[in-house]
Amino acid sequence: MFVSSGRELTEICREENLTIYEYTIREEADKSGLSREKVIEKMKGTLHVMMNSASYAQENEIKSVSGLIGGDAFKIRQYADNQNTLTGDFMNRAMARAISSSEVNAAMGKIVACPTAGSCGIVPAVVISAGEKLNKTEEDLINALFTASGVGIIIAKNATLAGAEGGCQAECGSAAAMASAAVVEMMGGSPEQALNAAAIVFKNVMGLVCDPVAGLVEVPCAKRNIAGTVSALTTADLAMSGVESKIPFDEVVWAMHKVGKSLPSELRETAMGGIAITPTGQRLKKEIFGE
Amino acid sequence: MQDYGVFDILGPVMIGPSSSHTAGAARLAKVAGNIAGNNIKRVEFLLHGSFGQTYKGHGTDKALIAGILNMDPWDENLKRSFEIAKEKGIEIIFTVKDMGDVHPNTVKFIITKEDGRVTEVTGSSIGGGNIFVFDIDGQSVEFTGEKPTLLTQHKDMPGVISKISSLFYDENMNIGTMKVYRSGKGKATMALETDSMIPDEIINKIKEMEEVENVEFINPILEGGA
Repeated sequence: MFVSSGRELTEICREENLTIYEYTIREEADKSGLSREKVIEKMKGTLHVMMNSASYAQENEIKSVSGLIGGDAFKIRQYADNQNTLTGDFMNRAMARAISSSEVNAAMGKIVACPTAGSCGIVPAVVISAGEKLNKTEEDLINALFTASGVGIIIAKNATLAGAEGGCQAECGSAAAMASAAVVEMMGGSPEQALNAAAIVFKNVMGLVCDPVAGLVEVPCAKRNIAGTVSALTTADLAMSGVESKIPFDEVVWAMHKVGKSLPSELRETAMGGIAITPTGQRLKKEIFGE
Repeated sequence: MQDYGVFDILGPVMIGPSSSHTAGAARLAKVAGNIAGNNIKRVEFLLHGSFGQTYKGHGTDKALIAGILNMDPWDENLKRSFEIAKEKGIEIIFTVKDMGDVHPNTVKFIITKEDGRVTEVTGSSIGGGNIFVFDIDGQSVEFTGEKPTLLTQHKDMPGVISKISSLFYDENMNIGTMKVYRSGKGKATMALETDSMIPDEIINKIKEMEEVENVEFINPILEGGA
């Protein structure tokens, strides 16, 4: 069975000289009864769905089913192609990828819930952008997805990945933590460094509420996918520079869970608080669903 | 502490925007459609709670129709389901209805077939694309559709369950869970989940049993979209 804590994960990786992704692939093969090759093949399929969702809305101006969002991935891509951006081509392209998947999701296109549909933009944008920048192979990207899911398994075991239970910190926060850890391993960082990155990401979004306008996975979810992506990428650099999280990963996950549970239900995906009940949020809801 | 696989975390591959409002809805409708069988003429969807309030914005309506049309939750034709149902001449009605103390994402399917037979199935989309069916034709049942599931309606008398289970024993098949519900009037319903696919021979033998009035077999909707 997969280990239940970050501490055990780093211990087992150290003792057996494994990366998080190597350990995760091994455990998945063991749990599912599939061969190692089959497990990797399946993840390749997952990566390809991600690649498509991360690029589609950059090239096609799409609209969500409700009409609330769409076209932003296209805009950011044009901006990155034609202007001198402040944060650079790399960051702008990563942001375009993040919101592309979110727009595809809201337009009833095919995505990978990673870990949820609401946070589906972050892991693909981070892993694909870092892979492109570092000239990584498809195999490296697949391995990064195993790192992300290994970290996600530990979060799911000890806390929650659902906005309805833990707020957005549990969805976009978890996605960003998983993605940041994945990039650290992709850059040659140790399992400890990967979990430091995940811990730092969580600390920086601790308390983030889930307050979707009209209850739809669009506003502010899509832009929180961008924020999570930027945070995951910058934090990977922090961890690689040797910056550590003063509070260990497991304790941060525990805290995130506790904060999530203490959020009032208005701020846990019920659309009864936060952005959802602003005058504009209420007006948009009426426009979509009527009185 | 619950155990998770890699593809529980990076998955499912699905049509957006919401695992409970689209993927789960499509899965639930597919199971309901399978229970009713072929030649569906008309479906009325009674939508409760969150489903009732937000079904249009989430595309839950499209996902439900897609499931009835036997599409999987990752089928990219899902968003065209209204048109496809129209082409097939299937009449669709959505009704918002408060069903009381049930999960907020609950649907009751009232499915009418071409021969006039009506099947009613009620279930909930409980998150992450997972579902739970709890009523068929007014009869309580309980299954998730994650494993191959056999549903029988049979006479409530000694020996029926043992006859059915011995068929599985003879094929060296393991029964994972088994629940029997008594409906009164001398009838009972059984939901039986197995670890491996149920061969046709077993289903046919159960159909031939005179104590058994109806048998439905539901294949799990395994992810194959990736």
